Amino acid sequence: MIPAAFDYVVADSADAAVAALAEHGDEAKLLAGGHSLIPLMRFRLAAPAMVVDIGRLDDMSYINDAGDHIAIGAMTKHRALETSDLLAAEAPLLGHVAGEVGDPSVRHRGTLGGSLAHGDPASDLPAALLASGGSLAIKGPNGERVLEAPDFFTGFLETALAEDEMVTEIRVPKAGGVGWSYQKFNRRAQDWAIVGAAVMLGPNPKVALVNMGSAPMRHNGVESGLAGGAGLDAASVAGDDVDPPEDLNADAEYRKHLARVLVARGIAEALG
Amino acid sequence: MEVSMSVNGDTQTSDVEPRTLLVHHIRDTLGLTGTNIGCDTSSCGACTIHVNGESVKSCTMLAVQADGTEITTIEGLAGDDGELHPMQAAFMECHGLQCGYCTPGMVMAASSLVAENPEGLDETAVRQGLEGNLCRCTGYHNIVKAVLAVGDTA
Ligand SMILES: Cc1cc2nc3c(=O)[nH]c(=O)nc-3n(C[C@H](O)[C@H](O)[C@H](O)COP(=O)(O)OP(=O)(O)OC[C@H]3O[C@@H](n4cnc5c(N)ncnc54)[C@H](O)[C@@H]3O)c2cc1C
Ligand code: FES
Ligand code: FES
Repeated sequence: MIPAAFDYVVADSADAAVAALAEHGDEAKLLAGGHSLIPLMRFRLAAPAMVVDIGRLDDMSYINDAGDHIAIGAMTKHRALETSDLLAAEAPLLGHVAGEVGDPSVRHRGTLGGSLAHGDPASDLPAALLASGGSLAIKGPNGERVLEAPDFFTGFLETALAEDEMVTEIRVPKAGGVGWSYQKFNRRAQDWAIVGAAVMLGPNPKVALVNMGSAPMRHNGVESGLAGGAGLDAASVAGDDVDPPEDLNADAEYRKHLARVLVARGIAEALG
Repeated sequence: MEVSMSVNGDTQTSDVEPRTLLVHHIRDTLGLTGTNIGCDTSSCGACTIHVNGESVKSCTMLAVQADGTEITTIEGLAGDDGELHPMQAAFMECHGLQCGYCTPGMVMAASSLVAENPEGLDETAVRQGLEGNLCRCTGYHNIVKAVLAVGDTA
């Protein structure tokens, strides 16, 4: 199917993109890799009157060592994350998870900023960012702010971004040598996770779940179990205090079961 | 809006509506119908082409996003003298196609995969690397054989 007609403008800087958003309000949408937005537009589930293409902002595609963290430009493609030696050494969870997204053609176009800003609880990268303890730098007409990942994801396809704001950079604390795991469960090639679990050990262990609620989420119960030394047993509460979606793939009970199993596998792998 | 892109080595300039999908531009405006359309959900890979050398699903990209890029479609793979690209030859030799509907996309995805993995590919890597391309006929077995025939010696 073909998207509804729209006006199209290419932004030649982040400032120009934000200015275009400020001018057009909720009529406008940023277009990054287009691998979430174009499918929605084809089904007319989204019909923005104005599309602001940020896909040519090559200076927003980078993976840099910034001392205690890795700084990643919002326009960095999944493929670049997947193949980055710097990420493999210093933030291996994020690099690995990028390689689990869709298929190679999807990873040639999709961007980290787009994947996070889309706010889909079934996406892989939000869980990776949550488990990594990462944050997002956000630019608006009045300057920049930084949000921790848990404050960014607010609901189903909803984030803390205002209409006239964009994600410019993603910051991930260095975690070389810390145990981690990503468990993605699906039934068909290239599919989204029916349930997924991202585990990161260390002094403040973090566990994030995919497709177990209306927004990408961390699981406090599992995390405090891990922090208290429960090890594998921490996984037993992964199905508590969650409200998973129900669909053709799985009902809520099955998703809770999957969460317990995947978190246990993840902890076991992370403990190595 | 005017867009200009190199398609199989020739610069093509046209006026397109922003909402035109790249696959429709390639098929309907440029008349290159080797690139197929197999779904509405970005899942089948029949529309796979190369944009700046990398496999891309051309149904999930706007023609305006391709302004200034270098595009290769299945028509552009063979040499000027008609000599098949090694991946095309391998599909022929290994019987990697039956009805042929998935084949243009499959060959484009496979040639991108091999180019990205100069150290070579094993069977698992080929199967995972082609997971975005669906084939309803072959059961994939001979497709994997064909890709390995090229990927192993790359
Ligand atoms: C066949 C297929 C399979 C897929 N499988 C998976 C999968 O298994 N797992 C998974 O996680 N994802 C999957 N995806 C989604 C893919 O990862 C997308 O690339 C990603 O979700 C969106 O990134 P994008 O750059 O394409 O964003 P776009 O589609 O361009 O944008 C998505 C949304 O974010 C907004 N946006 C984009 N960039 C910014 C920014 N910098 N600041 C603020 N807002 C912004 C846009 O306005 C839009 O609302 C799949 C997609 C396809 C087509
Ligand atoms: S037609 Fe493009 S993925 Fe199916
Ligand atoms: S050969 Fe028929 S779909 Fe692949």
